[in-house]
Amino acid sequence: MDTIDKLTILAAAAKYDVACTSSGVDRKGQKGGIGNASSAGICHSFAADGRCITLLKVLLSNSCVYDCCYCVNRRSNDIRRATFEPRELAELTIQFYKRNYIEGLFLSSAVIRNPDYTCEQMIKLLEILRNEYRFGGYIHAKAIPGADERLIRKLGLLTDRMSVNIELPSQESLKLLAPDKNKESILGPMALISQNIAESRELKRYKSAPQFAPAGQSTQIIVGATPETDYQILNLSAALYKKYGLKRVFFSAYMPVVEHKNLPALTSKPPLLREHRLYQADWLMRFYKFNASELLDEKNPNFNPYVDPKCSWALSHLDSFPVDVNTAPYEMLLRVPGIGLTSAERIIEARRVGPLNFDGLRKLGVALKRAQYFILCSGRAVEGLKMSHESILRGLLSDRSMRLMDGTMGEQLSLFDDTFVTREDVLKCLTGQI
Amino acid sequence: MLDRPDLIYRYDGSFEGLMCCVYESFYKREMPLSIISREEAQQSLFEAREIVTDNAKAARVMKAVKEKISGEAMRLVYRAYLTDLRDREVHILRFLVLGFKCGAKVLKMLTDDRVAILYKAVTRLGNEAELLRGFVRFSDFGGGLVATIEPKNNVLPLLKHHFMSRYPGGSFIIYDKTHRLALVVYKGQSRIVQSDDFVPPSPEMDELRYRAMWKRFYNTIAVEGRENPKCRMSHMPKRYWAHLTEMQEISDSGRLAGDDKAALKSVQEKRGKIKTRAVNFDCQELV
Ligand code: SF4
Repeated sequence: MDTIDKLTILAAAAKYDVACTSSGVDRKGQKGGIGNASSAGICHSFAADGRCITLLKVLLSNSCVYDCCYCVNRRSNDIRRATFEPRELAELTIQFYKRNYIEGLFLSSAVIRNPDYTCEQMIKLLEILRNEYRFGGYIHAKAIPGADERLIRKLGLLTDRMSVNIELPSQESLKLLAPDKNKESILGPMALISQNIAESRELKRYKSAPQFAPAGQSTQIIVGATPETDYQILNLSAALYKKYGLKRVFFSAYMPVVEHKNLPALTSKPPLLREHRLYQADWLMRFYKFNASELLDEKNPNFNPYVDPKCSWALSHLDSFPVDVNTAPYEMLLRVPGIGLTSAERIIEARRVGPLNFDGLRKLGVALKRAQYFILCSGRAVEGLKMSHESILRGLLSDRSMRLMDGTMGEQLSLFDDTFVTREDVLKCLTGQI
Repeated sequence: MLDRPDLIYRYDGSFEGLMCCVYESFYKREMPLSIISREEAQQSLFEAREIVTDNAKAARVMKAVKEKISGEAMRLVYRAYLTDLRDREVHILRFLVLGFKCGAKVLKMLTDDRVAILYKAVTRLGNEAELLRGFVRFSDFGGGLVATIEPKNNVLPLLKHHFMSRYPGGSFIIYDKTHRLALVVYKGQSRIVQSDDFVPPSPEMDELRYRAMWKRFYNTIAVEGRENPKCRMSHMPKRYWAHLTEMQEISDSGRLAGDDKAALKSVQEKRGKIKTRAVNFDCQELV
């Protein structure tokens, strides 16, 4: 089989993995080698689905001996199979990298023969890249559950980031849909990786030992294949961040690719808006210092489709507002709808040289349309502002959501238009969200 | 400082030249209506005073900016010079007038128009450079890499460091068609040179193969059912597509067909010619 045919099959098989980041490490190019890494990550292209392409995302093989029923690669599925030679994929990676198509490689694989053998093949490939080509670009590898500890360790020393995908948000769902896997087989390797990362950080302080996945560990949770609520998913991800020190938790709206009695019908649409809301919430938890319990609770276990989680929080905490931008602490500014990380910082900078007014705020990049209901400038509100619940809601809703609410549009997909795409969204894309 | 709505400075377009305009303005205590490069001056009807570039004067201005305002202000001014901001020269001068009056805190005066306008332009420059770090597409010509870009801002100085680190000790050319500038890096030595007509050689077979594979990968990786042209467009604006391999109409077969075959034939016929063209990558012509 030609390389291009293998590439087609094995890229198609990898595309549902949404962890598209190349972020988290800074590394200068080494003489005699090729490649560097920049911690912000770099998007090299955007696919027709609007997602960032940063890594050559492929499986080493899709010939799986397992039979997870939500997966296209499962043994019982009748599809074309392909397997890269380690050298073949290494060469392809270098050629793409040289042309600046990619930041590096995202390597995953179905289970060929057995987990150990699969892991060994991956190691072989990465050794060619790192040692022969002296490749300094980004490498993300998925750990193969069930592989020997020693092999996982070896793999980790060759990569920048490792991941084990949780996929299904609860034990029951796992049992139902992935009979070959269980909680232990997923959390086991996760714990092993997080332990190795911690040890390697410790060692690093004493000598320049090779580092184990310096850009940390991530995972992916499928949304909408099983009945868990947003609240359950958010709590699970909060626990993963805490317990395993994960760098990122990715959410992937379930795409029905398989007909199965335990799965949503093939005709059901992927819950893209729900995925988007979970990312927004994740963003709020990681950068805006929100707790999972502030965003959702058992009584309100799912996100509001019409307003984003930050607006939603502000609406239910109107008694904490308005805040005066000339005196409010940074943490409080961050909670104002329409004030982002950058504009909050700019406010702090600019108010040092003189009091701010609304015109000045606009120049600093504050979205006054939303923020005006929640702020004062030196004790004064925007002139003529109507403070009814109705008018606030109108101010917070994007035009698109408004029409959606009026029932003129039923299509979830079209929610993701430019009213949603902000500078932050681009950043999220860079770091793998959306 | 005297407003001189009747006065225009003309300079050579270099950063040093611009610094000499600043020198002139402070020395004569006058604020000209505008500052234009010689190139722009050809289309202008107005009389202009020629400002001669003098590196010593430029160095004095830069030293003064660093000492009396701050190093950060110097960096902002240099970056503003690289932007596509209209009349950026006069905006830079106005900023410096304010800066010499207020000192280092000028950088915090974010709501003052004279400061905000530079920050805004520089943010756009930074964003474009960030995009192009990803969107530059090289073709490989026997070890030498060549790319063409058409940015709004003069981003080459911002790309240099990144790509030199990406290809340590390597040789490559990035040609900025908008500003007719080429970043030429040869075995780890870099220069930015003026080049009015840069034409990359024709691609060889291997190059065409990898382009086809990349395009195939690009088309395969999108998840059907999630098509989102608006989102793609806002992250990857259309004006960059002309130089993005994956957005070109090339044969996606992986094996050469039709146009590619013809292209390959012409490559083979011109083989001798390519060899001499390849001298480009030793930078004989451009450096
Ligand atoms: S082990 Fe992985 S590749 Fe194999 S069927 Fe399960 S999910 Fe799919």
